[in-house]
Order: sequence, then structure tokens, then C-alpha cells
Amino acid sequence: MALLRITSPHTQRAGRRTSWVMLMVILATIPGIAVQSWLFGWGTLINLAIAAITALLSEAAVLTMRRRSVAFYLKDYSALLTAVLLGIALPPSVPWWVTVTAVAFAVIFAKQLYGGLGNNPFNPAMVGYAIVLVSFPVPMTQWVGASDMVSSGSMLSLSQSLQAIFHHLPSIDSYTMATPLDGFKHKDSLSSTAAFNSIASLKGANLNSWLFINGAYLLGGLILLALRIITWHTPVAVLSSLSVISGVFYLIDPNHAATPWFHLTTGAAMFGAFFIATDPVTSCTSNRGKLVYGTGIGILIYVIRTWGGYPDGIAFGVLLMNFAAPLIDYYTQPRTYGHKKAKKGLTIKEDN
Amino acid sequence: MQTTNIFSFHGGIHPPENKAQSLTLPLGHPSLPKELILPLSQHIGQSSRPLVNQGEQVLKGQAVAINNGFLSSFLHAPTSGTITAIEERVIAHPSGLSDLCIVIEPDGNDCWTERKPLDDWRRISKTDVLSYLAEMGIVGMGGAGFPTQVKLQGAHKHPLTHFIINAAECEPYITADDMLIREKAEQLVLGIEVLQHLVEADQVIIGIEDNKPQAIAALNNALAQHNNTIQVAVVPTKYPSGGEKQLIQLLTGKEVPSGQHPADIGILCQNVGTCVAVHDSIYLGQPLITRFTTLTGDALKAPQNVEVLLGTPVKHLLDYAQATHKKISRLVMGGPMMGFTLNSIDAPIVKTSNCILAASKKELPAPAPEQACIRCGMCEQACPASLLPQQLLWFSKSQEFEKAEHYNLFDCIECGACSYVCPSSIPLVQYYRHTKSSIREAREAAVKSDLAKQRFEARKARQEAEAAEKEAKRLARQKTSTQKTEGKATETKKATPAAETKTAIPDESKKLKVDIALAKNKLKKLQKQLVEAQENEHVEEINHLQLQVTEQEKTLSLLEQQLEKMATTPAEKSTKAAPAPVNEELKKAKIDVALIGAKLKKAQKQLAESPDDNELKANVRELEKGLAQAQSLLDRLTSSTAAQKADTPQKASSKPTVNDDLKKAKIDLAIAKAAVKKVEKALKKAEELKAPESGTLRQQLQEAQQRADSLEKALSNPQTQSPATEATKSNASTDESAAQKEQIKKQKIASAMAKAAINKLKKRLAAEPDQAESIQQEIAAAEKRQQEADALLAQLTQSQDTM
Repeated sequence: MALLRITSPHTQRAGRRTSWVMLMVILATIPGIAVQSWLFGWGTLINLAIAAITALLSEAAVLTMRRRSVAFYLKDYSALLTAVLLGIALPPSVPWWVTVTAVAFAVIFAKQLYGGLGNNPFNPAMVGYAIVLVSFPVPMTQWVGASDMVSSGSMLSLSQSLQAIFHHLPSIDSYTMATPLDGFKHKDSLSSTAAFNSIASLKGANLNSWLFINGAYLLGGLILLALRIITWHTPVAVLSSLSVISGVFYLIDPNHAATPWFHLTTGAAMFGAFFIATDPVTSCTSNRGKLVYGTGIGILIYVIRTWGGYPDGIAFGVLLMNFAAPLIDYYTQPRTYGHKKAKKGLTIKEDN
Repeated sequence: MQTTNIFSFHGGIHPPENKAQSLTLPLGHPSLPKELILPLSQHIGQSSRPLVNQGEQVLKGQAVAINNGFLSSFLHAPTSGTITAIEERVIAHPSGLSDLCIVIEPDGNDCWTERKPLDDWRRISKTDVLSYLAEMGIVGMGGAGFPTQVKLQGAHKHPLTHFIINAAECEPYITADDMLIREKAEQLVLGIEVLQHLVEADQVIIGIEDNKPQAIAALNNALAQHNNTIQVAVVPTKYPSGGEKQLIQLLTGKEVPSGQHPADIGILCQNVGTCVAVHDSIYLGQPLITRFTTLTGDALKAPQNVEVLLGTPVKHLLDYAQATHKKISRLVMGGPMMGFTLNSIDAPIVKTSNCILAASKKELPAPAPEQACIRCGMCEQACPASLLPQQLLWFSKSQEFEKAEHYNLFDCIECGACSYVCPSSIPLVQYYRHTKSSIREAREAAVKSDLAKQRFEARKARQEAEAAEKEAKRLARQKTSTQKTEGKATETKKATPAAETKTAIPDESKKLKVDIALAKNKLKKLQKQLVEAQENEHVEEINHLQLQVTEQEKTLSLLEQQLEKMATTPAEKSTKAAPAPVNEELKKAKIDVALIGAKLKKAQKQLAESPDDNELKANVRELEKGLAQAQSLLDRLTSSTAAQKADTPQKASSKPTVNDDLKKAKIDLAIAKAAVKKVEKALKKAEELKAPESGTLRQQLQEAQQRADSLEKALSNPQTQSPATEATKSNASTDESAAQKEQIKKQKIASAMAKAAINKLKKRLAAEPDQAESIQQEIAAAEKRQQEADALLAQLTQSQDTM
């Protein structure tokens, strides 16, 4: 009888492995994906398929080169999750090579070159998104509009979507329109009320479709919270700082600033707060740190949306805060049991 | 009965409880095994010393091993029988190593020795009750096995606000305490009363998890009958609520400051098992020889709780619980969260074995392969100490020990909650254990290397001194041959270097004295720390400090020896060191001559090849001049050293015989002093335990002190005589000052001893207030003595300073 000799603890929580965590996050995006597909057609699903295949292939290729067990690492679903997040974030009609570029760059450069899962300082999905946003601005800003708003008056059919993504759809312009954020950004000197009355992308129908999408991702985020895969700190910090800063500027200048409600229900606000900013690898670790980190992202989102060169600021906001995360971590250590104060910074000092 | 506020602690987990299995059967009483194995180290601290020999007959309850020092415990025979061996056996320890055990072969009669219950525990002094508990071998039965009397003594440092009885039993599978409360609620309450009498806390609270309704009912019932002030606090089931620090937080809302103990904030924790053991010893006169242990796990057909004799091999219990040996894949002593695996079923049950978990492969599967840390933070949410486990893992992996310490690694209680929740199956606790031990090792190594450096430097200095001595002797021998030829020539020259060395030697001795003072200071500090550590129960530190103290003592004695040497042979030294600088110059001059000679030869050769070269000619001329100069210098130097040598033997020969005697006397004195110290220590220990030997020890101490005193006198005599035998004034003065120093030292010792006596008396005063008057008188007398000694000391130092 050979007795196993290992140190304590001898049990583990059943079932909750890393792959389960990743899978749950993927599954929590389903409501959002469903709403997105319902509103904008097949494009998101096709993107997801392309992204998933690219991610798995690039991950497998790098793992082979690094002589790691391919099956073991593919089974943790982390590459798949990156693919899903990118597939959701990219416009539904974006050409296939944009998706492939984004995903391959995310997996190979932003993740595996740093040492694979757990070692990447930047959110891979957002690195991939930022690369294509900077490199291919035109396809990246063409977003399919709500079907009753666009000039063609209908959604892209499956074949049209495939054509738009894999080949070229000359009539694509009649299916796309600016997103509300884009529209509001280019209202120029119009006052807010005038803009909401005159600009097509700021009409009620278009705003509603984005409201639904954000609502669906909020639902997914709440599921993650309930499953205790994420804590409330980051999303609450992101959303509250975004609403506070937009509220302040709205109070100062209601004529030209948008309401907090507008900021929370358009663009990728909910998706970013619950699915992007909460990426554990690249965000802060302590609860207090997560609050600081989330607050920073919320502020950066508003800054980029309002004064920056891009309509939405999730990607850059998250990436910039990724830079700051280690520093924040040093200054937001929790107070350990039996200590009067929390330790700050990295100066090795006498105990308190 | 009052209700208490229940607070909460950070983190915690809810693993499957698995407690029902072992509670289906009633308490079992396994038969006597073929042999009982009693490891000498069942508790924290030094292992016990055996009192019996192989082949001896022992009765049930007879002490078979005595405590070995302050932090140690007694051991008793769990049944009557024969001591078959005292040898190394496999013990229940995480290391899986063997240790010295007393092996008893039961005779089957289970014949008790005479039991003497302590019926009058309310009347006799508390110290006596404590020493009785020590003799009964009571140690903490919750996990660590900390000697109970030491813990209770430590609790006197501050007034106690809370006396907490830990019945939480938060580990999955274990139900031993649950069963113990159900079976022995009344004994538990009586045991708590005894302990409360000893510690006098403001509040007595039993903390118990809400998953033990039957035990809670039994407790309430027993408390109602005894109409007691003991409160029962039911805490929600959450691991690790049974951890001492966590239970304190749950029941009082206070945190034990990092690096301190519950006693420091006026709280004492005792396990229920300990309380029952206290009851059994006080009321029944039974030493700690049995305990409740849970036998559980899928590999057992009849999982249950048993009251088992200490020393019973695990195999015997497994058979009793009808184990299917093939099914056991992991044998854990303790619970699944903090227990350790056994690698042999021959290991015995000890005082701290609360559970044997014979798990099948399905029940506790082998851990999944470790994946990358995704910093999900689940560990952080689970950590009861509010640490950042993911950061600690990072620092552990990269061996950034300073950062790991900065992130409070040493506040980790190794409860295993982080590993339990880790989705990547990272054995976090194992990483922390490894890092902790690496840091401890590094600290010890740093201390050791410091000491080694000091030793090396001392050795180097010694060797240099020896070499100089040898050189002096050699020169002296050489000199006798050349003395007649060049005697007078250099008398004037010799004067200066001699003066130089005279100042150099006092300098060195001064330095040595400073070193000694520093070393003494450090030693004192270390000793203080050691005593503190012993009082505060810092088990880890004690060994470490002990090591440091002994090392420091060694260096100190080394330094003192050196000083002695220097002080007794100043004259010798002064001549020894004298030739050194001259020799240097001589060497240099010789080298110069050789060099210039070589250059000259070369130049001459060149000149021979090209005889018309004016430059070369000039060169040669110059070199010749240089050579002549160097040669003259060399001559002068050699003659001067030779002259110096002439003087040495006269001074060198005078002292050695006296010195030898002196040295011998001093060594004798040191031995005697050491003996006094040893006896004093033993006496102190005996007094602490109120042992009967204290009388004889005291006598021994007096004798030893007398011996030491007489030796000291003898030593001071030759010292005062020795200067008379030597005519030189300088020697006389140095010896006089040495004698004075000796006196100062003596006075210092007297003052220190008086101080110690005062302290001791004060302690006694605190412990035995009924004898206050007589003790106070003694204190006054001792204080007077100390003052006198201090006054004399001041006088002496003053006179020394003026000298």
C-alpha cells in the first residue's frame, strides 16, 4: 500500500477550475451576443467564428514553438475567451482580415510572447482591438445601424454578411451608420438638444438598440458577480466614476455635454465594465486597488469619449490603467490581520 | 446566561463538512494494542527525558518521562506493562522521520498507580496547581501541543478580559471535540472552572460552531445544572473559525497584533480537550494518557470516535474501524485542511492527534496539475488573514524574500483556504511554507556568518600575536650570538621604536576591552531576548536565540582570554612587537640593494657593448651611487636590529612562571563560577516547579559559591604578589589597576546579583501575596545590599579613572 504523501490542504473546491472560470465568462456573454445578433444581424456570430479559429490556431502554434503541451493549455479556454471578447468588440461587418489580425496579435504578441496565461501585463483582447483600431480606422468605425434607421431599411442577410466580411459588399454603406457616441462626438457646435433632434444616429431607435445591448451585458455581468467569478469593485468603480464625471460636466454645461445615462447606455460601457476591466490577469489584485483601477478607467473613458480622437475609450482606458496596475497594487495592500495599518509602497520598513 | 456578540472575520471557506460519517456510531473503546509507542516529543518545546529503563515494570499513570526545561512536558504510561525499548520509532510527524520513543508492552492488567487528586485546588497556591498540571503532562490538545502550564503562566502578564474555550472544530471530518462535549459536558465545565480559578478572566466564553446542535444542547444542559457564568457563543460554520486568532476575532472583535500572542491583549484560549484533561487530573488524579480521536474516511467501514490510549499505533485503530487497507490512498493525521500525511501505519497516536482520516482515492483525489495563476483573487477573498496570496505566490516563485516579508508572509496561518479555492490548483501553502523556511534559514545563516567573521578576525589577531612572539624569540636567540660585537652602537636608536610600541599595546588592549564590553552588552541583550521568547512562547525563536547566545558566549570568552594574555604580559608584548617596523625597513632596504644591483649590472653590460655611450656611463654612475646609499642604509638597519635583540631576553624571561600560576587559578575560578551558574539555574527551575530537590540544590549552590569565592581570593593573592617579584614600575602599575578592575568586576557582580535577587523576590511577591511582609523585608535588605555595592563600585571606578 503506497500512501500518498503531500502537504496540506488535501482537498480542493470541486469543479471550479480555471477552465470553468473562463467558460463561465464566455457563457455570460451569450445574452449580449444574442441581442447584438438580433439587432445587427449575423456579423457578430461570423466574427466570433473567425476569431475563435484564429485564436486557437495561433495559441496552438505558439505553444508548439514553446514546446508546451498544446491540449493542456487550449483546454483552459483562455484563448477562446480572448477571441470571444474581440469578436464582440469588432464591428459586425468588419472584413475578416481585420478580425484575424486583431486576434492573432492579441494571442501571439500580447499574451504568449509575455509567457502565456497569467503573465501578460496588458489585456490581450484590448491590445488586439487597439492595433486594428489604429491601423484600419475606416472598417473599424463602420458599424451596422439599427435596421429601421439605415437607408436600406433592413438588416444584412447571412449571405450579405458573409459577402461583406469575406469579399466586398458595395452597398455596405446603406446598412451602416454612426454609433450614438460617434454621432454625438461629431455634433460639432450643435447644442445637445439640437443634436438629439437632428442627428440620425442620436435618434431614439438607435439609442434604444445600444441600451438593449448594454442591458444584456449588464445581465451577463450580474451573472458573473453571482457566481463570484468577479467582485463588484471594478465594474462599480468604472460605472460610478463614469457617471460621476459625466454628471459633473453635464451640470456645468448641459448644452454640450451628454447625460450620465447616455454615457452608461451607449458604446461598450457595460461590456467594458463587466467583461474587459475585470480581466484578473491585468487588473489590480486587492479590493481597494480594484476600486482605484476601475475609477481610473471610468475617468479615461469619459476623457477619450469627450476630448479624444476616438468615439469610445474602453480599449485605451483599460490599456492605460493596465500600465498603472502594478503601481496601484503597491499602494493599496489590504490591512493584514493583526496589523494596525496597511502597508504602502515597497519601502521595506519596520513593522507597524 | 448572557448572549455574546458574534463578530466576523475576513474570508473563510465552506468546504463539505463530512462530519456525519463519524457520528453514526457511539464512542468506541479500542482494545489494548500489543505495544504502546510514546514519542518523547509530543508537544512543542524540548522533548521529555525518560525516567525509566528498558525492562522496567510500569503501572498505569506512572510518569515515564520528565520535562526537560521550561518548555517541555511529562509523559505517563497509558497502561501497566513492561518497557521493552527506548529507541527510534516512526512518529506521527510531517517529516515522516523517526524519533526516540518509549515502547511499552502492556501486561493486560491495566493496573493503576496510586492516584492523588488535587482536591484542595481552590485553597493551595496557584503555582502549586500549575506545577501539578505540568506533572500531569497536560498540553494543548487542539493542535500544537503547547504545555498548558506555560500558557497559563503566560496569561498572567496582563489582566485577562476573555477566557475562550475553543470548541469550534472547524476542520471538515473531525468530530472528536463534538463527541467529547456530548460525552463529558459536565467534566468540561468543571475543568473550565479550575482553569478560570487559575486565570481569573472577566468573561468565560465557549466558542462553538452551529453545526453541533447536540453538543450545544449538552453544554447548555451542563451549564444550567452548575448555574455557571460561562457563556456559550454559537458561531456560524465557516472554516477556519476554530483558528485561535479567528475565534478571538469572532468572539471579541479584537485582533491579536502581528507577532504577539493572545495573552498580550488579555485573552487566553484553551481547547475543550485540554479542559477535560485538566478536570481528569485535578478531580481524578489521572494524568493525560487518553484522548478522543476521530477515525473517519471512506476506507473505513466503521468510522467513529474513539477514546484511545496515547501511543496506540494507527494500524491498531484502522483495524478497529474495519479499514480496507487497499482502499487507503492517503492517510491524514488531523483534518483535510491542515493535517499531515502519514507514510506509515505504525506511527502512534500522540497528545495532539485529533483525527485519523483514511481517505480513498475518490475521496481525496491527487491534486490536479498546477496551472498558471490568473490572479483571479479568489484566494484573496478567502484569506482569513487579509493577505494577498497571489502576490505572495509571485514573490515566492521569484524568491523575492524581502518583498514577501513586506507583504506579511509571516502572518499567514497556513490554513489552506487559498489553496482550497485556487482554480489553477496551485499548492499555495506549500510555496509559503518553503519561502518561510528559506527566510528563516537565511536569517540563521546571516547570524552564523556574522559570528564566523568575528571568530575569524579574533583568530587572525591571535595568530598574528603568536607569530610576533615567535619572531621575537627567534631574534632573541640570534642576538645572543651577535651581542658582543655590536652592543653599544645603537642604544640611542632603539629608544624610539620601543616607545612607539608601548603606546601601541595599551591601544590594542583598550580596543579589546571595548570589544569585550560590546560583546557583553550583546550577550546580555540576547539573553534578555531569550528569556522573553521563553516567556512569550515564541517557540521558533527560542532555538535560534539559544544558538546565538552560546555563540556570543564563546566569542566573549575568547576575547576575554585575549585580553588576559595581553594584560598579564605587557612587557613581553612590548618587546615582541618592537622589531617589526625595523624589520620592515630592513627588508625594504635589502630589496632596494638587490634591485639597484641588478639595474647596475644591466647598465654595465650595455656599457660593455657600446663603451662610447655617455648617457649610459652617467646612468651607471648614478646607479652605483644609489647602490652605495642603499647599502649604507641596510648596514645601519641591520646593526640597529641586532642591538635591539640584545635587550629582549631580560624582559621576556621574568614573568612566565607567575603567569602560568595565575592562568591556572583563573581557569579554576572560571570553572567554579560556571558550576555556580549551573546550580543556580537548576535551582531556579526546581523552584519554578516546586520540586523537592530545591533544598539540596540550594546547598549545592552555597558550596559551589564558597569554592568560587575561595578561588577568587587565591587568585587575587598571587596577583598582588606578582608585581613585587618584578622590579619594573610599569608592570606594577598595570597589575595594580588589574587588581582594581577585578574588584570593580566583583562589585558589579555583587550589584547585579542583588538586583537579580530583588527581581526574583518581586516576582515571588506577585505570585504569593500572602507572604508579602516577609518578602518585602527581604527586598529591602537586597536593595540595601545593591546600593552598597553600587556605591563601592562608583568609588572604585572613580579611583580607577583618576589613576
